[in-house]
Amino acid sequence: MAGRLCKSLIGSVRFAGARKYSSDVRKVTLIPGDGIGPEISAAVQKIFCTAEVPISWEEVDVTPVKGPDGKFGIPPAAIDSVNRNGIGLKGPLMTPVGKGHRSLNLAIRKEFNLYANVRPCRSVEGYETLYRDVDVVTIRENTEGEYSGIEHEIVDGVVQSIKLITEPASRRVAEYAFQYARNNGRSKVTAVHKANIMRMSDGLFLRCCREAAERNPDIKFEERYLDTVCLNMVQDPSQYDVLVMPNLYGDILSDLCAGLVGGLGLTPSGNIGEGGAVFESVHGTAPDIAGQDKANPTALLLSAVMMLRYMELPKHALIIEQACFETIKEGNFRTGDLGGTAKCSEFTDEICKKIEDLKS
Amino acid sequence: MASLSRSLTHFTKLGPLLQGTRAVTQVPNVSQRRTFTASKPFPVAQYGGRFTVTMMPGDGIGPEMMGYVKNIFRYAGVPVDFEEVQITQDSTEEEFENALICIKRNGVALKGSIESKYGDVSSGSRNATLRTELDLFANVLHCKSYPSVRSRYSDVDIILIRENTEGEYSMMEHENVKGVVESLKIITRKGSERLARYGFEYATRNGRKKVTAIHKANIMKLSDGLFLETCRNVAKEYPEIEFNDMIVDNTCMQVVARPQQFDVMVLPNLYGNVVSNVICGLVGGPGLLSGRNYGHHFAVFEPGTRNTGLSVAGRNIANPIAMLNAACDMLEHLKLHYHAELIRDAIDQTLNVDMIHTTDLGGQATSLDVVQNIIQVIQASTKENKW
Repeated sequence: MAGRLCKSLIGSVRFAGARKYSSDVRKVTLIPGDGIGPEISAAVQKIFCTAEVPISWEEVDVTPVKGPDGKFGIPPAAIDSVNRNGIGLKGPLMTPVGKGHRSLNLAIRKEFNLYANVRPCRSVEGYETLYRDVDVVTIRENTEGEYSGIEHEIVDGVVQSIKLITEPASRRVAEYAFQYARNNGRSKVTAVHKANIMRMSDGLFLRCCREAAERNPDIKFEERYLDTVCLNMVQDPSQYDVLVMPNLYGDILSDLCAGLVGGLGLTPSGNIGEGGAVFESVHGTAPDIAGQDKANPTALLLSAVMMLRYMELPKHALIIEQACFETIKEGNFRTGDLGGTAKCSEFTDEICKKIEDLKS
Repeated sequence: MASLSRSLTHFTKLGPLLQGTRAVTQVPNVSQRRTFTASKPFPVAQYGGRFTVTMMPGDGIGPEMMGYVKNIFRYAGVPVDFEEVQITQDSTEEEFENALICIKRNGVALKGSIESKYGDVSSGSRNATLRTELDLFANVLHCKSYPSVRSRYSDVDIILIRENTEGEYSMMEHENVKGVVESLKIITRKGSERLARYGFEYATRNGRKKVTAIHKANIMKLSDGLFLETCRNVAKEYPEIEFNDMIVDNTCMQVVARPQQFDVMVLPNLYGNVVSNVICGLVGGPGLLSGRNYGHHFAVFEPGTRNTGLSVAGRNIANPIAMLNAACDMLEHLKLHYHAELIRDAIDQTLNVDMIHTTDLGGQATSLDVVQNIIQVIQASTKENKW
């Protein structure tokens, strides 16, 4: 316990040191992942190379290894790498089925104390769904809430699951939501809750959001019930801007918004922690198309673009993002999941070509 | 054999609950309404020929909607008397108890939604407390697209059966340490089993082919795991119904992309709330669908999305169809099929033929326009009746 405390303190000191040198080449930990992970990571690396982004990649493997205490965990080398660099980019991971392996995503989240999950969902021109005007960002509390994992069977046939809401965590994520809104030119933050039923827990969350709203008077703030947001999101998504909410509602709503724009294959995602951040693609490993050059790297690419904005490299972020959206819009080089026939490498090359054009 | 033993065990308990639904033998296609003629017989008299039903207007648009219901019932000659009980968040415990006794006495209630003041932590949500006290364990929502209502998907026909008393709505919360709040989600085998059984029986009696259980058992392994396991066990007793399960976030994505793949869905409380609102939004909004709450002894009917509609209250723009559909469900539960048909046909004609839509459906009509059109249709249909 004390050891972990010291380690986290030392870790945060290291972060502060690493962040100061922002004009140099920054190191970023890359976790390629399983299935289609390696190919889409390679695609992203190639695109970044073409765009001349001042980043050097440090690849690590997070396959669980048996620690000295017999339990499976992330290898210490990977942990040290992310602690050192403060930024990570993660491909899709497959949690092995069976006892003894905790969900890897959960383990990474806990290890690096990633308290906010940010998922911007924007309609992609060229991949039309029934919803044209979606531009929503869901910010979800990532550490507690319904996913605290505290469950007991009280008597046979009666199970209780505990939803934990704490003031520091709620305050943190609320403050981050307003900060994000300000940094990204957003005008409104909506707190989503169910405080009519869960009065104390969501009431606490709501109170923290209100306090954060008072400290940030330049951003509009409103609070809505979860069911109202769901109802309205499906009818008219343009009325929402930034949504902030506890863990479970965030999980469902962020996937709902992803569904509105075309699925998880086009949605970036970032997990923000106190000293660093890990950006990831949230789709699955797609083992059926792994290794066949059919994968769509858009999700991981857009997550990497989010990462560039976090690292305060907005010019490179804009070039890469523009190239990506234009390629999809033109439609000649779309991968299979978007209804085209292009290979992953063709798609990547086309984006690289566009970046060359945009740079000159 | 299996079905015989099944009916013997469960028919006695669930029979009354499922009578509100149309049995397959009578109306093979639920979407086809029986067109009614002027030579229908008078309703069978029971207890003097009239029923007494509790009416709880609630807040927001509730009172005006109830006014419309009473008006239409008068024109349709419905033999139902309403016993009005008004409960708000500020009502005392005694008034609330009296309201519960009233519903228990009458057995059936028509309810609007009670607004919650969520700053007050001393009492729970009145709506949820009412449901737990009356043990209304199943909430049935039939989400069906209306042909004339503009929506993104036109062929949605999903039945949602949602657990209504336990789960996240158990309202047991405590603050052990300042700034740390714990909220308990309770899932019981008994609650999940009776809900699953209700779901499968409903599917069987209404000619449905598939039941999907919605859960998040990959994260909440014990609680949603228990719910899922119970559903699976009950599914084994109904081999002719296809059963599958889906995680709730995937469900939301699938519903938005392809809602036609779902038939009957069985859900715990909170996920039911989310998914029902998503599907109601797809079908046309909160103004159209009605929800039925069934327990072993009582039934309560209300608009499907349980909105109080405070922003549209008193402005004559709210859509009265949801409450009127709830009233028709109530009439069917009371076996007043003639009157239920009469009013449903009038609603059908108003929406789909005369195209009188309120603003939430993209039209310009007011609530009164809709209600008056319905009354006109009813008057035209009942011209031959010499009452």
